[in-house]
Amino acid sequence: MLNSTATIEPENEPENGSDNESQRTTEPASALKVDYVTKEFPVLSGNGTATNESFCVFEEVKFNVRKGEFMSMVGHSGCGKSTLLNMMAGFDKPTRGAIVVDGKEVTGPGLDRMVVFQSFALMPWLTCFENIRVAVRQAYPDWSVDEVKAHTQKYVDTMGLTGTENRRPALLSGGMRQRVGLARAFCVDPKVLLLDEPFAQIDALTRGVIQDELMRMWEAAGATVFMVTHDVDEAILLSDRIALMSNGPNAQLSRIIEVNIPRPRTRAQMIESPQYTRIRNEILKFLISHQKSDLADKV
Amino acid sequence: MKEFALKYKLKVRFLSLMLLVFILFAWQALTTRPSFSAAGLSENDIMLMEMEGDIIPDPKNEGQYINNPEKTTTFPGPVQVGHKLIEEFSNPFHKKGTNDHGMGWLVMYTLSVFAVGFVLATVSGIVLGVFIGLSRTLFEVLNPFLQVLKPISPLAWMPLLLYTVQDGKTTSILVVFMASLWPTVAGTAFGVNNIRQDYIRVAGLLQFGWLRKLVTVVLPGAAPAIVAGVRISFGSALVAVVPAEMLLGELGVGYNTWIEWNNLDIAGMIVSILVIGVVGFILDAMLDRVAKGVSFAE
Repeated sequence: MLNSTATIEPENEPENGSDNESQRTTEPASALKVDYVTKEFPVLSGNGTATNESFCVFEEVKFNVRKGEFMSMVGHSGCGKSTLLNMMAGFDKPTRGAIVVDGKEVTGPGLDRMVVFQSFALMPWLTCFENIRVAVRQAYPDWSVDEVKAHTQKYVDTMGLTGTENRRPALLSGGMRQRVGLARAFCVDPKVLLLDEPFAQIDALTRGVIQDELMRMWEAAGATVFMVTHDVDEAILLSDRIALMSNGPNAQLSRIIEVNIPRPRTRAQMIESPQYTRIRNEILKFLISHQKSDLADKV
Repeated sequence: MKEFALKYKLKVRFLSLMLLVFILFAWQALTTRPSFSAAGLSENDIMLMEMEGDIIPDPKNEGQYINNPEKTTTFPGPVQVGHKLIEEFSNPFHKKGTNDHGMGWLVMYTLSVFAVGFVLATVSGIVLGVFIGLSRTLFEVLNPFLQVLKPISPLAWMPLLLYTVQDGKTTSILVVFMASLWPTVAGTAFGVNNIRQDYIRVAGLLQFGWLRKLVTVVLPGAAPAIVAGVRISFGSALVAVVPAEMLLGELGVGYNTWIEWNNLDIAGMIVSILVIGVVGFILDAMLDRVAKGVSFAE
């Protein structure tokens, strides 16, 4: 039991095309596949126009997220984890490589990959109910008005938003707003749920409650989740596996840590668990070592 | 707290009223003619003044003279303006020939010119602004034209418009249109172009069609900037409508101000100016209501 934390080093050496193909067929259970993705941004000159030089955020990142798995990515600011998530969502395109969801390459945003934003991204001119309903309506265009309403109400109730349906987001706390964000994402039953630092703007006490609710919703819906976060405890509590990115530019996927703590997990249990302590230390060591090298570069 | 707010409101209203009373008294004091005194004047002087109508024999005192109230060459006081105001509004909907319309008709005329021109410009300005805001290419193509057209005073268009449409009222409407077009276009384009990226991303995630995207995300997201543009347009149109009416000489409150000048009726001019102010105030209050309806808190 002591050795239940396995560290998997990803193969960093690029493979040739045929190997790639064979690997794709041997892993049918992957819902989300990041296939040797490299992202480069053009370097901007002084007047803001793009130059011919480019700046590589991360290169040759490759991993799979299994069906129904909760995977997190942790890394320092600038390692490109949000950029990667945006590419999964279809807001951005990889410079090289591809992102494949359910066997299809991602070319643009869609209802099969819902995003929960750090900034909530609720329409301030719509009420909570309308913010969720608009997603239901788009996902199920054949449904009658009553069916849409009933489905919306179901998610309003599950997220504990009953009573605030007719309020505008501006009148709600950050926690309540992100509940609306989660309800909007879950209500369309997406294949993949992408969480972009979803709890960063929520106070610590509320964060715990919403994390529990997210876990409950995820278990009930059986969705595949990819989350980007700064919060190590959050990553361990929620994830099956945690991917660690080295620092950018030219960031790489350093390793993937398996979190073998049995579910259902509770915060109290976690603190007692020796596995938790070991995983936490491992991640923190990784982050600190990269912080040091980062500082050394600057000095 | 509510009671305090009410008290405060009463207090400031009372002070406004006091200020008005003070202004009226000062105005009256500054414009009152000193009563006629014959001291130091020869009999010839008095005879001459009577012949010119400056003074009339005092009906109460035989052999004495007073100022002729019918003949005014000085700036009118509030009492005269008040009389004129009552006269104008005692029968506001009279029509005597083509030029002598009651104040009610003049206000209606101006309001209809303003409303038609402003509404047309706002609708076309928002449509044009949305297209420019959504398409960078369209913006780049149209921008040089807009930059040249924007600074042209709406009144500069008037002779050309009058020549083209051959009708005074239509020309006034088009002048108002030209005055209230560009700020709305610019405001809308800016608002549409600067909608928070998150909202656009949500629209993409949820696979909105263009119409739903326009109605659910683009227009509401740009609403504050659109309203800001419309407000500037509104002020510009209000400024343009008065000289347009003066120059075209059809009807309307602006026209009336000029007619009173032609009549050398200074009190009438002041009444006319006050009417323009009140009409503008009412229109502004209406716009304020609309603006509050479409604003949102982040």
